[in-house]
Amino acid sequence: MLLSLAIWIPIVAGLAVLATGDDRNAPLARTLALVGALLGFLVTIPLYTGFDVGDPGFQFVEKAAWIPQFNIHYHLGVDGISLWFVLLNAFVTVLVVIAGWSVIEARVAQYFAAFLVMSGLLNGVFSALDAVLFYVFFEATLIPMFIIIGVWGGPNRVYAAVKFFLYTLFGSLLMLVALLYLYNKSGGSFSIPDWWNLPLPLGTQMVLFFGFLFAFAIKVPMWPVHTWLPDAHTEAPTGSSVVLAAILLKLGAYGFVRFTLPILPDASRELAWLMIALSLVAVVYIGLVALVQTDMKRLIAYSSISHMGFVTLGFFLFNAWGVEGALVQMISHGFVSAALFLCVGVLYDRMHTRMIADYGGVVNTMPKFASFMMLFALANCGLPATSGFVGEFLVIMGATKVNGWIAAAAASTLVLGAAYTLWMYKRVIFGAVANERVARLKDLNARELLVLGLLAAAVLAMGVYPLPFTEVMHGSVNELLRHVALPKT
Amino acid sequence: MNAANDLFLVLPELVLLAGGCALLVADLYAKSEARRASYLLAQATLAASAAATLFVLWGTGGALAYAFHGLYVADVLAHVLKLAACGAVSAALVYSRRYLLDRGLWRGEFLALLLFALLGMAVMMSAASFLTLYLGLELLSLCLYALVALQRDSAAATEAAMKYFVLGALASGLLLYGLSMLYGATGSLALTEVARQVGLAVRGGTQQTFLVFGLVFVVAGIAFKLGVVPFHMWIPDVYQGAPTAITLVIGSAPKLAAFAMAVRLLVNGLLELAADWQQMLAILAVLSMALGNLAAIAQTNLKRMLAYSTIAHMGFMLLGLLSGVVGGNWLNAADAYAAAMFYTLVYVAMSLGAFGVLLLLSTRGVECETLDDMKGLNRRSPWTAFLVLLLMFSLAGVPPTAGFYAKFAVISAAVNAGQVGLAVFAVLFSLVGAFYYLRIVKLMYFDEPAGASAVPQDRGARMLLSANGLALLAVGLLPQPLMGLCFVAIKSL
Repeated sequence: MLLSLAIWIPIVAGLAVLATGDDRNAPLARTLALVGALLGFLVTIPLYTGFDVGDPGFQFVEKAAWIPQFNIHYHLGVDGISLWFVLLNAFVTVLVVIAGWSVIEARVAQYFAAFLVMSGLLNGVFSALDAVLFYVFFEATLIPMFIIIGVWGGPNRVYAAVKFFLYTLFGSLLMLVALLYLYNKSGGSFSIPDWWNLPLPLGTQMVLFFGFLFAFAIKVPMWPVHTWLPDAHTEAPTGSSVVLAAILLKLGAYGFVRFTLPILPDASRELAWLMIALSLVAVVYIGLVALVQTDMKRLIAYSSISHMGFVTLGFFLFNAWGVEGALVQMISHGFVSAALFLCVGVLYDRMHTRMIADYGGVVNTMPKFASFMMLFALANCGLPATSGFVGEFLVIMGATKVNGWIAAAAASTLVLGAAYTLWMYKRVIFGAVANERVARLKDLNARELLVLGLLAAAVLAMGVYPLPFTEVMHGSVNELLRHVALPKT
Repeated sequence: MNAANDLFLVLPELVLLAGGCALLVADLYAKSEARRASYLLAQATLAASAAATLFVLWGTGGALAYAFHGLYVADVLAHVLKLAACGAVSAALVYSRRYLLDRGLWRGEFLALLLFALLGMAVMMSAASFLTLYLGLELLSLCLYALVALQRDSAAATEAAMKYFVLGALASGLLLYGLSMLYGATGSLALTEVARQVGLAVRGGTQQTFLVFGLVFVVAGIAFKLGVVPFHMWIPDVYQGAPTAITLVIGSAPKLAAFAMAVRLLVNGLLELAADWQQMLAILAVLSMALGNLAAIAQTNLKRMLAYSTIAHMGFMLLGLLSGVVGGNWLNAADAYAAAMFYTLVYVAMSLGAFGVLLLLSTRGVECETLDDMKGLNRRSPWTAFLVLLLMFSLAGVPPTAGFYAKFAVISAAVNAGQVGLAVFAVLFSLVGAFYYLRIVKLMYFDEPAGASAVPQDRGARMLLSANGLALLAVGLLPQPLMGLCFVAIKSL
C-alpha cells in the first residue's frame, strides 16, 4: 500500500495542480504542489522505518493482476537497493517545488504538475517488479521531462528537448524487444525476480546484454552516448536539471543492477572489460572535458557524467565494495549534483547568465552562498567527511581488488574532480568583484537557505555516518552478487 | 435454415439499409441548411444498428451462425467490428458537422452515402463467401469515391476522387481476378469450403502453384485497401485532396473493414497457405513501416503527414497478422490476430482523434492543415493541446497510452513467432515515427502562436475530442478489457 501511495499521491496531486488552470491561480497551484510533494515524502518515511534490514528480498510487496492477457501484474516492492532511490526522489521533489516557488512565473500550474507527475512515475520505476510496469514508468517519465525542458528551458531548449527524447527513446525501444524476448523465453512471465533464475545460453545473453545496454547506457549516460546530457542540462530550468541529475540519471544505473547483472550474469562477466573501459573513459576523458567548460551548468553536467562513470565501474567489479560504493555514489551524487545545480540556479536567477567569465568575487556580496557552495564543491571532489568521499573510496577499494591499474585510473578522478570543481569555484566566487552586476548581488533568501541547508545536512550526514545508508544495502547487494556469481548457461 | 432466422442475423444491415433509404427521402424535405432532422435520423440509425448488433449478439449468445446458405456469417468478430464501425461513423458525424456546414457541404448525400458505406463495411465484416465480400467492398468503395468528390468545385478533391477511383477499380479488379483463381482451384465461393479444399490440397501435396497465384492477387487487393506499400500511392493524395471531414471518414471506419477483409480471406479462407501469405505480408509490412515513417518526416501538410503515418501504422498492424502461424504451428495464432485487431481498433480511435482536431481547429474559410497551424496551441487552448499531446504520444507509441499497448502487442506477437529481426526493425522505425509526432507536440507547447485565432466553439466536437483523448489514456492504463475482447472475437472465428 505504501509504495502505491508513494507513486500515486504525487501523480494525483500533480493532476490537481494542473486543474487549477492559468496563472491567476498560481498561489493555489504552488501551495497544492508543496502539499502534494510533502505528503509524497511523508508516505515514504515508513518505508525506511519499517524496512527489515535482515531481509535481502523485496519488501512492501504489492501484487495484482493488471493485463492477464499477457500475464502482466501490477507488482511493486523495494529491496535495499531501490529503497534509497524512492526516498531520494521524494526528498528531491520537495526541494524542487520550494526552489521553483517564485522563480517560475509563467504557466506555474503546468510546471509544478509536470514535476509532481514525474516524481510519482520515478517512484514507480524504482519499485516496479514487473518488466512491463517498469517499462511503462520508465518511458512515461520522458513526457513530463520533454515538456519541462522544452517549455521552461533556455534559448536552445527545443533542440535539447527533442534530442533528449529521441536519444532515450531509442535505447528503451531496443530494451522493449529484449523484454519481449525474455517474456517468450521464460514461458510467459514478465516478473523480474523470475527472470533472475532463467537459464540462458551465453550467446543469447550477449545479444540481450546489448539490448539492455543501449537503454541503460544512454540514460546513465555512459561515454560515448552521453552527448544529450550537456545539452539537456544547459537548456533545462534549474528544477529540471536537479531532477535530471539527481534521479533520472540513476534510472540507467538502476537498470544495470535490476536487469543486466542478475539476468545476464555470464554476459556481464564476459563483457565486464568493455564496461570498465567505457567507465574509465568517462571518468578520465569527461573529467578533462569538464575542465575546459565555460558554462557552469555544462561543467556540472560533464562532472555528472564523470561521476556516473564511477557508478558503472563499481557495478562491473563484481565485489561488494564496488557495488555498494557505486550505490552510495549514486545517492551522494543525487545530493551533490542537485545542490550544485541549485547553486548555479541561485546565481542564474540574479544575473541571468551561466558563463563563468561573467562572475568573479561573488564571495564579497554573497558570503552565505559562497560557504554553501564551498561545501558542495568539496563534496563533488570527494573530500572526506562529505558524502562524495564514501562512494568513491569504496569503488576504488573494490577496483584495487580487481586490478591496480583500474584503481589508479579511477583514482585520477580525485585529482581531476578537484581541478575542475575548485577552479570553477575560484573563478566564480573568489577574486575582486568582477563587475557592476556582481556588486549588486543579494545574498540567499530564506527559501534558498532552507533548500541548500537541507542538502548540506544530507551531504554531511552521509559523509560522517554512512552506516544507515550502507546497512540497508548489505543484504540485497550480497543477494545480487550471489546471482551474478551463479553461471546460468 | 429458415428465413426468419436469416433476417434476424442480418438485422444490423437491415436497419442501416432502411435508415439510409429513409434518409434519402426525408432529406428532400429538409428546410434549413443545418438539416437537424436528417442528422438526428442518421445518428438514430447508427444507434439502432449498434443496438441491433448487440441484440443479435445476445440472441446468438456469441455462437457462430450462418445465414443465407452460408453467404453471411454472424460471429463475435463481426459484432465487435460492427459496433466499432458504428461508433467511428457516429463520431465522424459529430466531428465533421460544423466543418461541413461552414463549407456548404453538409448535404443529405453526405449522410446517406456515409450510411451506405457503413452498410458495405458491415457486409464485409460478416462475409462468409467471396461474393458477399466483394459486394460489400464495392458498396463501400463506390460510396467513398463519391464522398471524396463531394466538393465539386475543388480541383484537388476532384483529382483525388479520380485517382482514388481509377486505382481502386484496378485493385478491385486484381482482387476479383485472384478470387476467381481460387474459385477455379477449389470449386467453391464459400470461405469454409475454400478452406477445406485448400487444406486438402496442401496436405495432399498436390500442385499449389495455382492457389498461390490467386493468393498473390488477393493479397494485392487487400494491401490496396489497407494502403500499404507498394499499394499506397492513393493514400497521400486522397487524404490531402479530400475535404478534411471526408479524410476523417476514409481514415477511420474503413480500416476496420479492410482488417475484416484480411481476416476473412486470409485467416478464415486461406489459413493453410499461411506460410505463403505471411512472407508477402512481411515484405509489405517492412516497406510500409520504412516508407511511411520516413516520408512522413518530410511533410509540412498535416493531412499528408497523417496519411503517411497511416501507411506506417498499417505496416505495424500487419506485423500481428503475419505472426500467427510458425512452421505449421497455430498455437500463437489467436494471440497474434488479436494483437492485430487491437492495433486496428486503437488506430481507428487515434485517427478519429487526430483528424477530429484538424476539423475542430479549422474555422470558416481557414483550413487547419499545415504544421504551422498547430503553433502555440497550448496558449490558445491548453485543454485541446493536452488532448493532442495524448493523441500524438499514443500515435508514437509512448506509454501510458493505448498506442503503446498496440505496438507492444504486435511486437510481442512478432517476437513469439521468432521474428526478432522484424521486431527490431519495427521499433527502430517507430523511433523515426516518434520524431514527427514529437514535432507537433513541440509546435504546440514550445512555439508562440502565429495568429491570435481562438479555438472555435463547438461543444459537441470538443466533448467528443475529450472523450476520445481520455479513452486512449484509459485504455493505456487498463488495456485488459479491450485486449480480452479482441481475443474473444478472434477465438470465435
